[in-house]
Amino acid sequence: MNPVNYLYLAALLFTVGAAGVLIRRNAIVLFMCIELMLNACNLAFVTFSRMHGNLDGQVIAFFTMVVAAAEVVIGLAIIVTIFRSRHSASVDDSGLLKL
Amino acid sequence: MSFPLLTLTAAVPALGAVATAAVPAARRTAAKWTALAFSLATLVLAAVQLVRFAPGAKGPFQLTESHAWIKDFGVRYELGVDGIAVALIALTAVLVPFVILAGWHDADPLETKSSRWRPTQGFFALILMVEAMVLIAFEATDVFLFYIFFEAMLIPMYFLIGGFGDRAGEHGEAETAAQRSYAAVKFLLYNLAGGLIMLAAVIGLYAVTAHQLGAGTFSLQEITQARADGRLEFATTTERALFLGFFFAFAVKAPLWPLHTWLPNAMGEATAPVAVLITAVVDKVGTFAMLRFCLQLFPEASKWATPAILVLSLVSILYGALLAVGQRDIKRLIAYASISHFGFIILGIFAMTTQGQSGATLYMVNHGISTAALMLVAGFLISRRGSRLIADYGGVQKVAPVLAGTFLVSGLATLSLPGLAPFVSEFLVLVGTFTRHPVIGGIATLGIVLAALYVLVLYQRTMTGPVREQVRRMPDLRARELAVVAPLIALLLFLGVYPKPLTKIVNPAVEHTMSQVHKTDPRPDVPVKAPVTAHDVEAAK
Amino acid sequence: MENLIGLLVLAPLLGAAVLLCGGRRLDRAGHWVGTLLAAVSFVIGVVLFAYLLGRSGDDRELGVTVFSWVPVGGFRADVGFQLDQLSMTFVLLITGVGSLIHLYSVGYMAHDERRRRFFGYLNLFLAAMLLLVLADNYLLLYVGWEGVGLASFLLIGFWQHKPSAATAAKKAFLVNRVGDMGLSIAIMLMFTTFGTFAFGPVLGGADGAGEGRLTAIGLMLLLAACGKSAQVPLQSWLGDAMEGPTPVSALIHAATMVTAGVYLIVRSGAIFEGAPDAQTAVVTVGAVTLLFGAIVGCAKDDIKKALAGSTMSQIGYMILAAGLGPVGYVFAIMHLVTHGFFKAGLFLGAGSVMHAMDDEVDMRHYGGLRTYMPITFVTFGLGYLAIIGFPGLSGFFSKDKIIEAAFAKGGTEGWILGGAALLGAAITAYYMTRVMLMTFFGEKRWQPAPSPAEPGAEPAAAHGAGELPHPHEAPRTMTVPMIVLAVGSVFAGGLFTVNNAFVKWLEPVTGHEEGHSPVSALTVTAATMAVLVVGVALAWAQYGRRPVPVTAPRGSLLTRAARRDLLQDDFNHVVLVRGGEHLTRSLVYVDHTVVDGVVNGTAASVGGLSGRMRKLQNGYARSYAVSMFGGAAVLIAATLLMRAV
Repeated sequence: MNPVNYLYLAALLFTVGAAGVLIRRNAIVLFMCIELMLNACNLAFVTFSRMHGNLDGQVIAFFTMVVAAAEVVIGLAIIVTIFRSRHSASVDDSGLLKL
Repeated sequence: MSFPLLTLTAAVPALGAVATAAVPAARRTAAKWTALAFSLATLVLAAVQLVRFAPGAKGPFQLTESHAWIKDFGVRYELGVDGIAVALIALTAVLVPFVILAGWHDADPLETKSSRWRPTQGFFALILMVEAMVLIAFEATDVFLFYIFFEAMLIPMYFLIGGFGDRAGEHGEAETAAQRSYAAVKFLLYNLAGGLIMLAAVIGLYAVTAHQLGAGTFSLQEITQARADGRLEFATTTERALFLGFFFAFAVKAPLWPLHTWLPNAMGEATAPVAVLITAVVDKVGTFAMLRFCLQLFPEASKWATPAILVLSLVSILYGALLAVGQRDIKRLIAYASISHFGFIILGIFAMTTQGQSGATLYMVNHGISTAALMLVAGFLISRRGSRLIADYGGVQKVAPVLAGTFLVSGLATLSLPGLAPFVSEFLVLVGTFTRHPVIGGIATLGIVLAALYVLVLYQRTMTGPVREQVRRMPDLRARELAVVAPLIALLLFLGVYPKPLTKIVNPAVEHTMSQVHKTDPRPDVPVKAPVTAHDVEAAK
Repeated sequence: MENLIGLLVLAPLLGAAVLLCGGRRLDRAGHWVGTLLAAVSFVIGVVLFAYLLGRSGDDRELGVTVFSWVPVGGFRADVGFQLDQLSMTFVLLITGVGSLIHLYSVGYMAHDERRRRFFGYLNLFLAAMLLLVLADNYLLLYVGWEGVGLASFLLIGFWQHKPSAATAAKKAFLVNRVGDMGLSIAIMLMFTTFGTFAFGPVLGGADGAGEGRLTAIGLMLLLAACGKSAQVPLQSWLGDAMEGPTPVSALIHAATMVTAGVYLIVRSGAIFEGAPDAQTAVVTVGAVTLLFGAIVGCAKDDIKKALAGSTMSQIGYMILAAGLGPVGYVFAIMHLVTHGFFKAGLFLGAGSVMHAMDDEVDMRHYGGLRTYMPITFVTFGLGYLAIIGFPGLSGFFSKDKIIEAAFAKGGTEGWILGGAALLGAAITAYYMTRVMLMTFFGEKRWQPAPSPAEPGAEPAAAHGAGELPHPHEAPRTMTVPMIVLAVGSVFAGGLFTVNNAFVKWLEPVTGHEEGHSPVSALTVTAATMAVLVVGVALAWAQYGRRPVPVTAPRGSLLTRAARRDLLQDDFNHVVLVRGGEHLTRSLVYVDHTVVDGVVNGTAASVGGLSGRMRKLQNGYARSYAVSMFGGAAVLIAATLLMRAV
């Protein structure tokens, strides 16, 4: 199978994720969209690794996964804390830093 | 390697700042004593410097220390003092203990609940921090090192001005705080703007030296040496641009008309001891740097800019004095008087005569002492009544004669009465200017009439006349306050009658500066056979 | 012997320091300490005088350099003293009259709670004045010059609780400062010209300098002299200075300090001789002032202000004489000394009268005092005869010589100056007779004492308000100085002229030439006598024959102008005070709106701009994400585009 197809898929996934980030308000959904974008990037990295025949892309994919996992942990914690205090997971309600 | 006396002199107040800040919050008095002890230790070290300093020794700088610091950019940790620096270090070290003593209760928590918590430790630590930075700035012979501390002293000053003010008067706490914050921000912005332009010039200087010498350097001695050898030559335009960059920063700090408007705000809103710190200590770095860096690094550009600067300083002298006459606020009046005096200092520096420059250096020292005395007495007066307005006083002389007397003597010093120290310096500046620029010198002499006007008007309105109801119960100076003012007045008298200890160390440094700009004093038109003076007799011995 | 000179200055300086810093412990004995130290100074002066007399005429100069004061490059200022016949004359006058007035003040200020400080200031004045006349260079002279200005400021404003006194003190200092400006410019000119400002080389080398330069120096010195000696156009402070206690008016504003200008001009004779234009300016100032002061003196009802006008006028004579060159120097100084005696005596007499009349100063409220205060009457009367130039008394000898010298100037100028001097003599006779008649003769016009503004503040108000005063003779401490000064006023002039003693004494320092008057000396004397009689007769006709009205009549235009110091103050007020106020007020406005406005404007526009930029940050995470994506898209597009190109 032509590896270029994977790139198309990655681009598609990234676009879906980006559109989600722009459109949705729910913090959880937003988060999932960001994960989607990150995974799209991972897919692209792995594909490039395959195409060029070296391992750099796969190494970066691992890094991304570690970072993404850490981000999910902290991000979810923040979201849960916000939800507890404000009973809402909408990102539009969290504009306190901007006054 | 010799003993690092200069580093130690600056390090002691820095350590003192840390120690003072570390005193537990409940033990305010201990913090005050700690700060005072460290400032006195600094004074001792400054005295040691004075003793170790040999006025006649060869070479421009003494007690030098030199270490590589940031090798990639040719930045060195280079310290050294000439006579001018030693005099100003002594001034700083003398004034800071008095500032601390005068501000003894300025940072105590207020009784009223509405007022904010005032961190006593912070106040005294910041004062010591300013002292440390000013001392390093006086000692640094590396342009970059100087620049860092020239800028860094803004930080503690900002907090001192913005964080601690006089007891709120009629205006109420909120408005006073707003004005204070305005003054602090204005101070910071003005000086930052000056500093940033100077930073550009500092980088430009590095570029020029890196290009022509192969390796960039900021060392004052290396640059002047290279210029003397002909290895380094500035293009005319470059030199002028760099000069202007440096001068702008120093003119803001000094302050020179029309860059002066931050000073009345800052001095008016800050407490009297902090105002003394601003005008008597921090601002002196500006005029000092003109002598040390502007003239020595860029002699040709200095000569090129001289006419314009002379006119600006003349404007400063008259403008400052006239505005002082028009002020209704005691502290702002003193601030405008200072602007007038800084005009004299800059006039003396750029008159390019030995009398002018020696006079300017003495002026820095004497103005420091006299303004400190006047401002601190004014602060004592203000603290008794809670108002800075001249119109709120009257007849103080009758109820507090010692306060009025010290106020009058400090005022007379400010108007340069002969017999008190500022007269010597003012006259030297005027003579030095007159020999080269008679018209400017003659007009500047008008300043002495205006000075008499604003000082006497201030004295008359506050101290004389019938006793006002509000001042009837005013107590006279307390022992602590007298201990602040009396030594300053004694110093003014001593240096007015016998300024020779000061001229002896300043003269060689000024002659060195004059030789750097290739200027000699104008010769008298009809030289008469000079009489044998006491000076000659002593020199012959 | 030389070291004694320093001691001369040091004694009163020590007194000032002790009295001013000593605190209340010295309240009880302070005045005697001050008087003693003044007397010590006088004794030293006499010893030095005897020593000088013992040497030959050309060898009467002592010099001593104490220490090097300000050495900077070619600028060498030393603290050094020079005692020659000229300064010796002044030393004796200052310490002599000064000691007497110290003694007088012991009585006069007896009821003042701040008496100790008063004596401290008096001692300070003596020290500064001695420094002024003993300095051997112009810069040190300048120190004394401003020092006496300071002492004068402190003493005029001694009763500071009175706003009028505080204002008068400030005015005196300020007007003097204008003069001081002249002196400092003169010193700078000397330094630029000669490279020094010590008396010896400057005066010795004056021939070598160009006339233009000398004229400039001379005019600046004249400005200084005008300020200190209350000469037109800087005379306005002297009348107000009478707010000070009367001993101060006697010592500072009559006998010594105000004559410093004469000293300066005589001392700088060599400069003026090389600058005829400056000399013309000097004699003009002298002539104008002698008439100005005399006219003002005629109109004043305040006894001290009348005497102040007279002082101005008499110093005008001295300045006139000093401007005539070597013909006049000696007579200027001679008149200065005799004036020191009789004017100090007159002031002390006036003080005694005021003391007796509950501090009333208006002569229209005096009258008939001669029987109540016989000693004061006699001493004042002798002073009066001396000042109008009654034959045989001091004033006669000195003033006559000046008038003669003025005629000797020659040409139209000589006639004008001589005429002015003669006219002045007539007016002097008139106003002094007026003072005499209004005070000691005629009906009693006493008024009940006004209620004092602040209880206990008035220095010598012994009686309650509403009572008529009970005039009485002054205590011994006050009458003794008056008697001594009266004796001096009578005999000093005669003593000086015996054998031409004074001329011979001063000649080695100032030089002397006999003038060649177009009119003979006898004619001048006769003319002086004639105008004297006219003046006295006129005054008698107005104030002796008829009763003096208690309230002043409206008077002619000239009288009204003269009462207001010939409108000088009004001029100052309108032009300088008002103009200055407008200037400072508009500058304050400019500083606030223009200079500061530019800065605040910059700050405001930056603030406005950032306020608008702030709107972009709306707080919605989505919009930030859009800008991120947009930015990324732009970057990618740019990269691709670069590739393509």
